[in-house]
Order: sequence, then structure tokens, then C-alpha cells
Amino acid sequence: MDNSIVTTEPLMPRETAVHEEHEHVFIPQHRHHFETEEQQREAGSFGMWLFLLTEIMFFGGLFFAYLLYRNWYYDAFVPASNFLSVTLGGTNTAILITSGFFMALAVWAAEVRKKQFLVIALILTTLFGLAFISIKYVEWHDEWVHRHVPGASFDISEFVSPKAHGITDQKPISPDMAEHCQIFFFLYFAMTGMHALHMIIGIGLLVWLILRAQRGDFSAGYVAPIENFGLYWHFVDIVWLFLFPLLYLINRHPLK
Amino acid sequence: MGISEVLWQFLVKWLTNSALFPREASTIAPYMDALYFFLIGVTVVGLVLVLLLIGGFSFRYRKAVHPVAEQIEGSTLLEAIWTIIPLGIFLVTFVWGALLYFRIYTPPVNSMNIYIVGKQWMWKAEHPGGQHEINELHVPIGQPIQLTMISQDVFHSYSLPEFRVKREVIPGRYTTVWFQATTPGTYHLFCTQYCGTDHSKMVGEITAMLPEDYKKWTELSTSGMSLAQNGERIFASMGCNACHTGNASNRAPSLAGLYGSKVQMANGSIQLADAAYIRDVILNPSQHVPAGYAPIMPTYKGQISEDGLIALVEYLKQLNTNYRIQQTQTTSVSDQAAPTTPGMVKP
Amino acid sequence: MSATSTTILNLPDQTTAAIPKKNYISSEHGLLSWLLTGDHKRIAMLYLISITFFFFIGGAFAGLIRLELLTPQPDLVASDTYNKFFTMHGIIMVFLFLVPSVPATLGNFLIPIMLGARDLAFPKINLLSWYLYLAGGTLTLAALVLGGVDTGWTFTTPLSTHYLNTHVVTTASAIFVAGFSSIFTGLNFIVTIHRMRCPGMTWFRMPLFVWSHYAASILMVLGTPVLAISLTLVGLERLVGIGVFDPTKGGDPLLFQHLFWFYSHPAVYIMILPGMGVISEVVSTFSRKRVFGYTAVAFSSVAIALFGFFVWEHHMFIMGVSNYSALVFSLLSMLVAVPSAIKIFNWSFTLQKGSITFETPMLYAFGFMGLFTIGGLTGIFLAALGMDIQLTETYFIVAHFHFVMVGGMLMAFLSGVHFWWPKMTGRMYPESLSKLAAVVTFIGFILTFMPQFIVGYLGMPRRYHAYPPEYQVLNVLSTAGATVLGVGYMLPILYLAWSLKYGAIAGNNPWQATGLEWQIQSPPLTENFTEIPVMDHEAYDYEWLEHKTQNEVTTVG
Repeated sequence: MDNSIVTTEPLMPRETAVHEEHEHVFIPQHRHHFETEEQQREAGSFGMWLFLLTEIMFFGGLFFAYLLYRNWYYDAFVPASNFLSVTLGGTNTAILITSGFFMALAVWAAEVRKKQFLVIALILTTLFGLAFISIKYVEWHDEWVHRHVPGASFDISEFVSPKAHGITDQKPISPDMAEHCQIFFFLYFAMTGMHALHMIIGIGLLVWLILRAQRGDFSAGYVAPIENFGLYWHFVDIVWLFLFPLLYLINRHPLK
Repeated sequence: MGISEVLWQFLVKWLTNSALFPREASTIAPYMDALYFFLIGVTVVGLVLVLLLIGGFSFRYRKAVHPVAEQIEGSTLLEAIWTIIPLGIFLVTFVWGALLYFRIYTPPVNSMNIYIVGKQWMWKAEHPGGQHEINELHVPIGQPIQLTMISQDVFHSYSLPEFRVKREVIPGRYTTVWFQATTPGTYHLFCTQYCGTDHSKMVGEITAMLPEDYKKWTELSTSGMSLAQNGERIFASMGCNACHTGNASNRAPSLAGLYGSKVQMANGSIQLADAAYIRDVILNPSQHVPAGYAPIMPTYKGQISEDGLIALVEYLKQLNTNYRIQQTQTTSVSDQAAPTTPGMVKP
Repeated sequence: MSATSTTILNLPDQTTAAIPKKNYISSEHGLLSWLLTGDHKRIAMLYLISITFFFFIGGAFAGLIRLELLTPQPDLVASDTYNKFFTMHGIIMVFLFLVPSVPATLGNFLIPIMLGARDLAFPKINLLSWYLYLAGGTLTLAALVLGGVDTGWTFTTPLSTHYLNTHVVTTASAIFVAGFSSIFTGLNFIVTIHRMRCPGMTWFRMPLFVWSHYAASILMVLGTPVLAISLTLVGLERLVGIGVFDPTKGGDPLLFQHLFWFYSHPAVYIMILPGMGVISEVVSTFSRKRVFGYTAVAFSSVAIALFGFFVWEHHMFIMGVSNYSALVFSLLSMLVAVPSAIKIFNWSFTLQKGSITFETPMLYAFGFMGLFTIGGLTGIFLAALGMDIQLTETYFIVAHFHFVMVGGMLMAFLSGVHFWWPKMTGRMYPESLSKLAAVVTFIGFILTFMPQFIVGYLGMPRRYHAYPPEYQVLNVLSTAGATVLGVGYMLPILYLAWSLKYGAIAGNNPWQATGLEWQIQSPPLTENFTEIPVMDHEAYDYEWLEHKTQNEVTTVG
């Protein structure tokens, strides 16, 4: 005997949910705790927006630290940030924006169910993402070679006597101020490192999405993963659009 | 006090003797206790009110006598009442607490200054006259005492419960607190910010004495130089007098009369030359370049201890003329490197 | 319908009753079916077992602390060991017990059912949350086994970054991971509440339990990432040594305090709000009345969440912050206390003209209301700037937060567990034993923590291994109370476990409550409802319940 509440009078019709007339077939990816696909898609999208909100709070702590120390040690942060390459940073910005463009194309392709286009767009997004990471590697290596990596190997001599290192467009700063350049570089590596970590995770997810897209998972109406990943990718893009001006551009002397 | 003096004394005495309450040993203590009693009163009233409501309603409307519940949505009037009245009480508390806070953390101008350096796991006290104490502090009663404190390592906290004062002692900058002792005796000193292994052993004793006893004590405990004298010694041995000659050279400003004055900075701002400023200039000179001078002062980070910095502050506090500095020019080694400018006194 | 006139407990006829054959526990068998489940109810039970496990470890440390504090001398263990005791006690109790307690067990179990949904929005993420919690817990145990950590649960810099060589990075990683468990739970709740309410379930027809979890979830989602970054920076500073918090390198140790407390203050509201939700449900059921001022209670939950983000500096009043910033935060702290007061009064007035019975959940709820009132009002002491100078960093603080967390939150948790135990397991526990445990807990609690207020004002600092002899009497009282409290907490483990096999069959609605969860079988089906309900009445509608039960014959078996 099953355990239901047996009523002595028939259930009023309004006491049962008006179930959708089955005009449409549920897609295979429908999860049974959702009543409709619409509900599933909206829930997924909302969940991703909330997750991005937590990411904003996470990066926010680093931004706050940056703003505080830039305010305190302005004279150290300016020369330190001038050592970063605007060319490389700018190129990376262009690359990331382009990859974001391809991601947007991918979302459109999924919605209009063009499978081949979707796969190509996703591949291009990934390639540009990898290009970004490669240039980032070049930049980091450059900082390592110039002994700007915080820790035991950090060398302040480039800031204290720039002329001796062949740098003509920076004023020298005193040693105790130059110590604070280390804080700039720490924040630089922490912020771009966090960002790069998120990009690498994104690239990993992209590879997985490409494989599934090639299988046809997203060309039959089920676009939620592409859309939600698109949100994530655009978010990573936007974080960079804040990092680039704050770290590279403000108080810039003539471009290197 | 708002209530009868006699009643107050009785209350305090009874609570103190029953070990529920610390002695009132400073001028601010009664004010602190008054706020405390007020808040206890508020808590008791609030608690009794809630208990009466719960108890009363539970009894009156228990199922045995009130089997059928009457559904009530709410009452905007009641919501307003129990929003506004607690808010009012809390705001009164806020104002009272704020006034007390500002009082405790704003030392009066005639305070006697004593330096406290905290380190794991002991307290060093340095009186201006050069008396040094470890885990102890002797103070006269009836005189405001300002404590200028700094840590050599981690966060500590200087707590004098019977005086009702406490302040965090942090590395990197001075914090201050003041009190005025009222009764001779010995009182607890605790470190109240967890600072590692022997946090609970970082305790000591404050001895409040009659002014004449304190004077005797200072005479007996003076072991050598006063802080200012020590500061003068450091000033010379670290070579400060090489640049801060007091002459109208443009290497470094004269330091006579600097303490307490307002200094115009190269970046246009004006900073007050207090103890924190002096300390920070010595450690981070590039952040305090005065107007009209080049940023050439080297940093002394790692070369001067916190005790040394305190001594230098005390030295500069009483530095009114550059006479003695210029005297040391002829005897200190750095004289060889110092430029001779016209008008420099050569004995 | 009621059996006697002093209780509303309504159990089915025990001679014929049996647990429903098809329910979420019996639907699948095998360990993997539990470890890989997506069912929110099974995940809730997994959480219940894990947090109970960590509760007893944290409690053991509490016992050791109190044992040491019986005597003024540091004679039980070495100082470093004692420091590890209170650190581990704090970390385990805060991050591995209190934060997940009600949301991850009761919230997970009940929110979908209360909303008329079949599960949370993201069941796989729910399971991931549990595994992240276990990973955090395992890392904590690893740190413990490797030798422990002694930074205090607050990781104050520069002590934690430069002056200790214990397992700080391991513990920081553990909390980092556990924090993501919390974030994902909150995220799941918010999306579920927004998107999966059944037809007719408007926001203002939701039970207040759901409202308080919604508010707590906002805090979880927005606040926990800042904890993550604070701990990351501590870890990086230890590993790389750049000095972002080191004053000798130009860093600011106070920056860590700001970042840490920006999360850790909302954290206390994350801990208490779900408990308040439980109290709303329990007080309503055992007075047979809609919660007085439903809208006010709902909005006050959200107000607490909102204001809770703007008061963090009240943990730093004496640390050399600007006097004027202290003014602002003191004022805001006074404001954040008001919504809690509103709730206490609303619950009290729910009793008026009700029909009150005193079953175990109600006893715990009463305990909550009294003890939380004291705890909350002592928070006002601390929010008053001048008063805080004397009280901060002493045992007064310890007493304050234990009153709200243990006297408040833990009592609410026990109230909820006892209230929904029949729903989750299908069994009832022995009422007289449970009432005894509630009373013992209450007495033990007061004896443990009331003396701490006094010894705090006397000046006894917190985190002290040894203390001046004049504080001994109060400490002995406190330890005596802790022993009683320990007994009070052991009892539920015993009789609840016993009830799983031998307890009375509970039936669908032993408390005759109004929520959707009480209209389905106990234990529920995996899919919760055979058909999604339509909510056509307000929450706490006892007249609807009356009408409904008149028209039905309940069969169980």
C-alpha cells in the first residue's frame, strides 16, 4: 500500500499542479527536479551570475589592497608600474577582447544551431585565450629576469639607479621607497596570477565544451552550458579590463 | 554621578569586596562603571521583559486553559514601539559610549608621557628621566599619564583593568592611551591580544604612588642617561648631525623646535611633527620630504631599535637650539665629511 | 485530534503503523548510492553525520580548555599546546560546525520541500559542497595530526605570518576549501528560492525558515570570498614573504584585520539567521498560531544581512583605527541590533492568545529566546565604544559570543533537529529524555558562561593559559558548568540514535504543523511530492490545516 493521503472527497482540481500539456518533448538534458526547461535554463543562468558575484568579491579584496598601497606608496608604485610593458599588456587586452568576441559568436551559433560554426568559434576563443596566457608568460619571465619577482630575489637597484641599468625615462627613488616596489609587484603577480588561473580553468572548460559541441550536444536547443560559460569568459575579460589600466596605464610616462 | 554618592560608593565597595568587580583606581573608572551599570540595567530590564512575556503568555495561554488559538496577523503599533524604544536606548548608549571613548583616547595636554615597548613576551616601560622597567610601571597618582606604545613584533594589548583603560600595541606605529591614578596601590597589567606562546605570562604590575614617593622612586631608579640624553648620543653616533647641522645649509632642515610644529611637505601637504611623524621620518624618509629639500635622507630601518627611536623622539622634544649639535661637530668623526659653510661655529 | 491536553503530539496507532516502504532512505541501497547521491535529503543526512563528528572534536577541545582553567597555574599542558586547543576549538566550531549546521542539514533537507520543489536547483553542486566540506575538514584534521596550529581562529597578522612555525598554511587552506562549500550552498539556496517556488508560492507565503536562509545565503555568497582572499594573502605572505602585512616592509597588519573581519562579522549572522528561522517555525507550531508580524520578521532577516556587512570594524575599536571611523561603526552596530530585537518581540507575541504546549523543540526555543536576549544585549555593551575599551579581549567577549552562538544558535539547531527528526527519519524520540537533555543543557550553559561575564569585567583576558588566583572561583564554576553542558549534549546523540531503531513511528504530521513538509510522508519520497503542490493559502495557516484534516483519513503503513 502506498503512502498517500486518501481524501474522503475528490481532490479539488486546483489542488494539483496544472501540468504542462506535453506539446514539446523534453530535451535529453532536462533535469527532473525542474518542471520546465525554461526554469532549468533560468536557474542555471542565475546561478552563474551569482557565482560571478562571488568572484567580484574575491578579486575585490585584492583591488582594495592595491588601492590602499598605491595611495600610501605612490612614489614607488609609479616607477614600478612603468616597468611593465604597455605594448604587451595592450596586445593582451586586444587578444582578450577578440576572444570575447568569438565567445559571443559561439553563443549565437549555439542558439541558431549551427554546429560547425559553434565549434570553430569555440576553438578560436581557446586559441586567443592561449595566446593571452603565452604573452603573460613572456611578461612574467621578463619580470623574473629583471629580478622584479617578490621574495628573496627581488632587486631594487633598477629603481634606485635606473640610469645605471640603461633606463632613461625614470627618476631614481630612494632605497627605502624602492623597497615598496616589491609590494607593487606582489600585487601585480597576485592579481594577474589569479586572473591567469581563472583563464586557465576557462581554457580547460573550453576544451571540454569543444569536444561536446563536436558531438552535437549544443546544436539541438540545449545551449545553457555555452551561455553560462560565455558569462564566465566575459567576466574574466572584464576583470582584465580593470587590471590593465590600474596596473599598466595610470601615471604612464611616454610609451615604451 | 547621577545617583547618590553614598549609594554609589556602597555599590562599588560591595561588588569589589565580593570579587565581582575590579577596584576603581583611576579618574575615568567611575564613568566606565556608570555606563556598565546602565547597560546591565538595560539588559536586566530587557531580559525580565522578555521572560515575563514568554512566561506570562505561556502560562496564560497554555493548551490546558486555552485550547483554541486565535490567529493574529500583527500590530503595526507594537512593531513601531519595539523598534523605536530599543533604537532609542541603543542610540543613548552610542552617544554615552562615544563620549567615554573620546575621553579615554584623547590625552590631556599636561600629561606626563611614558613610553611602552611591547615585545614577545614582556613589557618595557621607559620614563623620560631614563628609568627603565620591565613588566612594571610606577606612576604618581593625581597626574595624567600618557602612554605612548609600540610593539617590536606582533600585536599586543596593554590592559589595565582597574584603571579601565586598554589599547592595542601594534608594530609599525605608536598608539596612545592615558589615565590618571587616584589611589596608591598595585594593580594588574595584562597583555590581552594573543601574541604567541607566553601570552598569558606577559603580565605585570602597575604601582601607583603618592607624588613624593614617586619622586623618590625616580631618584632611586635612575640608572644612567635620561631618554633625551640617550637620544642625543644616538643622534651623534648615527651621524644625524652630519646633515642636520642646524646651519642654513640646504642638505637637511634644522631640528631645533621641530617637535610639535607643522611642517610643509614637498608635495604641498602639511604634517604635524609629533612622535609618530619623527619615527616615520627616520624609517621612511622618502615619504616625508619637506618643502625645499631634496629626498636624500637615507633610511635607518633595521639600524635603530624601537627603544632608540623613542630616545630620539624624546631628544627632539626638548631640542630648542642647535648649539650642542654644532659642538659635537668638532668631536664626531662625521665632521670630516660635513661641508664647511660660512658662519659655522668652530670652537 | 489531540491525545492529551498538554501536548499536541499526534502519533498514529503504533500497533498498525510502520515506516513507509518507499522513502528516500530505502529507495536505493549501497554506500555509493549515498556517496554519489543528488538527493538533497540524503546530502543533508550526510552533513548531519559529519558536522556531529566535528562538533564532538571541537567539544573535546573545549573540555580540555576548561579542564586546564580549573587551576590558575598552567599545569595541565604546555602553553603552546593550550594555544593549539583554543585555536582548534574555534576553527572547528566556527567553520566546521556552526556555519554549516542549520543550513547544510535542515536547510538542505527542508527548503525544497517547503517551497514545493523536487530538489534544490543544482543537486550536483550540493553534493560538491559536501565533498568540499569534507576536504576542508580533512585538511583541518591533517593540520591537527601534524601538530596543530596556534594562531587563534582569527589568524592575526603578523603573528600568523611571521612569528609562528605551526601548520598555518594547511589550516588556512582547509578553511579556504570549506568556505567554498559554504558559498555553493548559499548559491544553491538563492537560485532555488528565486526560481523553484511552486505555483502560488509567493515570496510572502514562504515559511520564515526560508526567508532567514535566503538572508544567510546572501551573506555566504558575498562575504565568504573575502575570507578566501584574506587567507590566500596570509598563505602567500608565509610562502613568499613579501610583506603585504609586515610593517617592517611597509605593509599594514591592520589591512588583514579589515579583510578578515569583513567576512567574519557577516559570518556570525550566517550562523545565527538560520537558527532564527528554526525558532520561527517552532514557536508557531507549538502556539498553533501564525508568527506575529510575519512581514516584520521576514524583512528583519534581510535587514540583518544588509546591515551586517557594515559593522566589521567593531572588532577593531582599540586597534588604533581613526576615532571617527570608530564612531561610524559603533552607530551602525547599534542599528544592526534592532532587527534582532524586533524578532524576539515578535516571537514573544506569537505566544499571545495561542495554545501553547511545551514539547522539546519548544523548550529549546524558549532557551534560545532568553539566552539570545542576554547575548544580544551584551553585544550592545561591546558596540558602545567606551565600554568596549574595558571589555574587549577579555572573557566578557568570550561569554558574549558563546551566549549567542551556543545559547542561541546551538539551541536553535537542537530545536530544529528535534522538531524535524520525525520528518527526516520517520521516528519519534523519547520525549521525557529529550526534555531532560534540554533542561540539563540550559542549566549547564548558564553555569558555564554567566561567570565569564563577571570574570571578564574583572579583567581576565581571553586566550590565557594561566591567570591570577583571584579569578579561580569563577573559573571553577565555569568548568563545572561545562561538565553539565557536556552531559546535556551527549544525551541527544544517545536517544536519537536509539530512536532510529526503537522510536515510535511518527507519521506524516506528529506536531500537526502547517508547512508543506508536514503534508507529505515521513520519511519523504525521494522526489518529495507525487505531484507538485499549488500553494493556495498563507504560511502558518492553521485554519487551512484544520479544514484539511477534517476532510481526510490518514493512512500510514
